[in-house]
Amino acid sequence: MASGPPAVNRTGQLGRWVLLAYRIPREPSRPRIAVWRKLERLGVGRLGDGLVALPADARTREQLDWIAEEIGEAGGSASVWLATPGTAAQEREIAQAMRAARAAEYEVVIAEAADAAATGDAEQARAVRRLRAELRRIGRRDFFPPPQRDTARAAVQALALAAAAADAASTAPAREPA
Amino acid sequence: MRWATRAGVHIDRAACAWLIRRHLDPGAEFVFVSDSSAVPADATPFDMRGVELGHHGGDCTFETILRRYELTDPVLWKLAEIVHEADIDDERFDAPEAPGLDAVLRGLSMVCDDETVLDLTGPLFDGLHEYLRRGLLLDRPPA
Repeated sequence: MASGPPAVNRTGQLGRWVLLAYRIPREPSRPRIAVWRKLERLGVGRLGDGLVALPADARTREQLDWIAEEIGEAGGSASVWLATPGTAAQEREIAQAMRAARAAEYEVVIAEAADAAATGDAEQARAVRRLRAELRRIGRRDFFPPPQRDTARAAVQALALAAAAADAASTAPAREPA
Repeated sequence: MRWATRAGVHIDRAACAWLIRRHLDPGAEFVFVSDSSAVPADATPFDMRGVELGHHGGDCTFETILRRYELTDPVLWKLAEIVHEADIDDERFDAPEAPGLDAVLRGLSMVCDDETVLDLTGPLFDGLHEYLRRGLLLDRPPA
């Protein structure tokens, strides 16, 4: 349950995290910003300055490994660690922050689906494609799903059904004999 | 020649092994290691941190090998876009095949050892290469 203890992640490995500790020069800013964007895209939990965390699995470990490599190539330094939190409360705190970040992203999808529902058919179909892609992006970094996930999925699916129904209604008469 | 990569192969390593066998070294022998310190002295490491044949400048290892060995076949570069997206997923390319390929490789690595993954994905990449080749010749999806 999303409202229960958040410690169990979707990898089924309780409390196993991969950490990236890094320092990257402030200038030039381009590689520093590129790294920051990549970490945001992965949905990392931020433990402190230059220290980020993800629940450990084959994918997250590899992703942080390659970012560490990139930081090294940009003149910084980085190391990757496997770790377990010292207390369950600490883990709950970071998981809760990650869940809240995803919840905010799902809220945007829910709002955009509502806006699109009030527009024309063609605009609805476009919104469905865009929002489905956005749901996939958020889903890949959603390690502790908030209740907003299911609401957002349902909203986009409802929009898809509405767009399909509008499409069928607009093309059906053309197929009927006059 | 011997080639070494990280154990637990996924899309990039499987595709690189196929590329090496088909285009660089037909007699290639692969060694899977869990730590870079375990790479045998006579083996060329790939898709590991800190080696030449790894991720560089936003490229995945498959793309790095194509550049390093000057493989310019457009079909291989089309395949590289799919491997890149299945591996890095940064939306640099439009590769709708990538999420499916990622799922298939993830699943295979859950039920097979690394040798078996390479055995099974060899014909898969042969087929994908042929599909992309015909698509480039026809200039539309082939069937």
